[in-house]
Amino acid sequence: MIARLGLSALLVVIAAVALVPIALTFTNSLMTEREIGANYGLLGEMTDVAAGGRDLFINLKLLPDWLTLSQYGQVLIFNPAFLRMFWNSAGMVLPIVAGQTAVASLSAYAFARLRFRGRDKLFLVYLMTMLMPFQVTLVPNYIMIDKLGLLNKEASIILPGIFGAFGVFMLRQFMLHIPGTYTEAAKIDGAGHGTIFARVVLPLVMPGVASLTVLLFVDYWNMVEQPLIFLQDTFKQPLSLYLAHINRTARGIGFAASVLYMTPMILLYLYAESYFVQGIQLSGIKG
Amino acid sequence: MSRRLRGLWRGGDGAAALLFLAPGAAGFALFYLFPFAMGLWYSLTDRTIGGRFVGLANYEALLASGSFRKAAANTLLFTGVSVPILISLSLGLALLLSRPLFLRRWLQTAFVLPLVVPVASVVAIWQIFLDWNGSLNAWLHGLGYGRIDWLQSDWAMPTLVAMYVWKNVGYDMILFLAGLLSIPQSYYETARIEGAGRLRQLTHITLVYLTPTTVFVILISIINSFKVFRETYLLTGDYPYDRIYMLQHYMNNMFFSLDIQKLTSAAALMVGCIVILAGSLLATEKRFRSWME
Repeated sequence: MIARLGLSALLVVIAAVALVPIALTFTNSLMTEREIGANYGLLGEMTDVAAGGRDLFINLKLLPDWLTLSQYGQVLIFNPAFLRMFWNSAGMVLPIVAGQTAVASLSAYAFARLRFRGRDKLFLVYLMTMLMPFQVTLVPNYIMIDKLGLLNKEASIILPGIFGAFGVFMLRQFMLHIPGTYTEAAKIDGAGHGTIFARVVLPLVMPGVASLTVLLFVDYWNMVEQPLIFLQDTFKQPLSLYLAHINRTARGIGFAASVLYMTPMILLYLYAESYFVQGIQLSGIKG
Repeated sequence: MSRRLRGLWRGGDGAAALLFLAPGAAGFALFYLFPFAMGLWYSLTDRTIGGRFVGLANYEALLASGSFRKAAANTLLFTGVSVPILISLSLGLALLLSRPLFLRRWLQTAFVLPLVVPVASVVAIWQIFLDWNGSLNAWLHGLGYGRIDWLQSDWAMPTLVAMYVWKNVGYDMILFLAGLLSIPQSYYETARIEGAGRLRQLTHITLVYLTPTTVFVILISIINSFKVFRETYLLTGDYPYDRIYMLQHYMNNMFFSLDIQKLTSAAALMVGCIVILAGSLLATEKRFRSWME
């Protein structure tokens, strides 16, 4: 009992430390611009050389002296670029998540439940591609997207996203775990593969679809490399790139913008957490 | 119809497989497979458009380049160090959380949350901690030590490792928890009856039966180790401190300076390494499975 209590307490402390960056972003978003300036004004300054003040440091503030929503007001009302880029992000991420989930569930069904020649080799190709960082196919991908006339268009991010291999890999794991007897029974009743897929397999892998949705959302909401290369037009870029810029130029509203940026992800995760965890556990992680 | 196609047709579900695979495979070929093959070809020619075959000349030039060697060494070091650290920490957490603890669900949520927070959202906080005038240095000063330029010194690599672990430990932990759940309790009971201690149960049952999970977690962790580029880029831009200048920086910069030959050969070398690594991991897993049966 004592050991259990001690261990729990220790883990609570570690977890609390892990949450500090998130909590700080939130509390700092409620500070006035002035308080932020007063505390963090020294960031990025080389005090040693500049002020001759060797002992000058920023002042880490955990809680605001004065609660205010003014940063949020600034971001949402006086900063049209923010909302624009928020919708840019959403406009790219939603089609990717929906598209990859749909396309991948079909492919995963073929890899997990159908027998055909070269299946395992083809799957290995998918798997290997999934492991490659974005830069590996950068040049030809760029040429391809240029040839398709998609450069500087959202589709240059969305289309490759839809056909990503991660969804195929993950949903296949889930489908491998559906007992053969389920699909056999449907087959005996005269169902074709289309029916078996839609009526038997898909409903059973819903936890997998939920986990995949969360992971894809998180990953693409967070993308940096693709828009950096394919979207030169700043007004088409997603929030991830814009936020880095805002943090450099207007630290105050940066915090509010950061909170607004992470909130959809956190809410989605908290909402889907039980499916997410259950989904990953159901998959049993079998190759 | 060719014999091969007919064979595919008769091989059970060939026709259905074609239908199910077609949409995904078409896009996959267009955006991944074909570009990948083109990249390999570019790496063997002297120009991207209308190039001439030059054999391995690009590779020689690449290997002679100091910045490539630096980037490759850094990437290798980062992945080689951070993945084992991440995996042991997340396995440790999973082992702790698989026991009856207070607030278990809350703890689990807390450890996973960093994964879902976008990098750009917490970059400002990392700056507050890591800046020359930042909080970590203020605390060091309070303890009587000198300042450390966290991202512009040899501390840059450990700093990145810490951020990587912070972000990914929860996800790996959940994967391990799932793996732990799939080990039948009866194995442990038998072991206890035969007088096996805790350590022996851990090494002879838990770690052994976690092998497939571990292979999976290693693969996912390697993918995620490449994504540290996001943190580095948002914190330090195109040219970070030498020690954290990764292959992704190198390839991005080669792209912007239009040095396509170096980029594609660097990519090909990287692919070679990943294929060898993943291949040996999957072979290990396969051996484990055949041994299980």
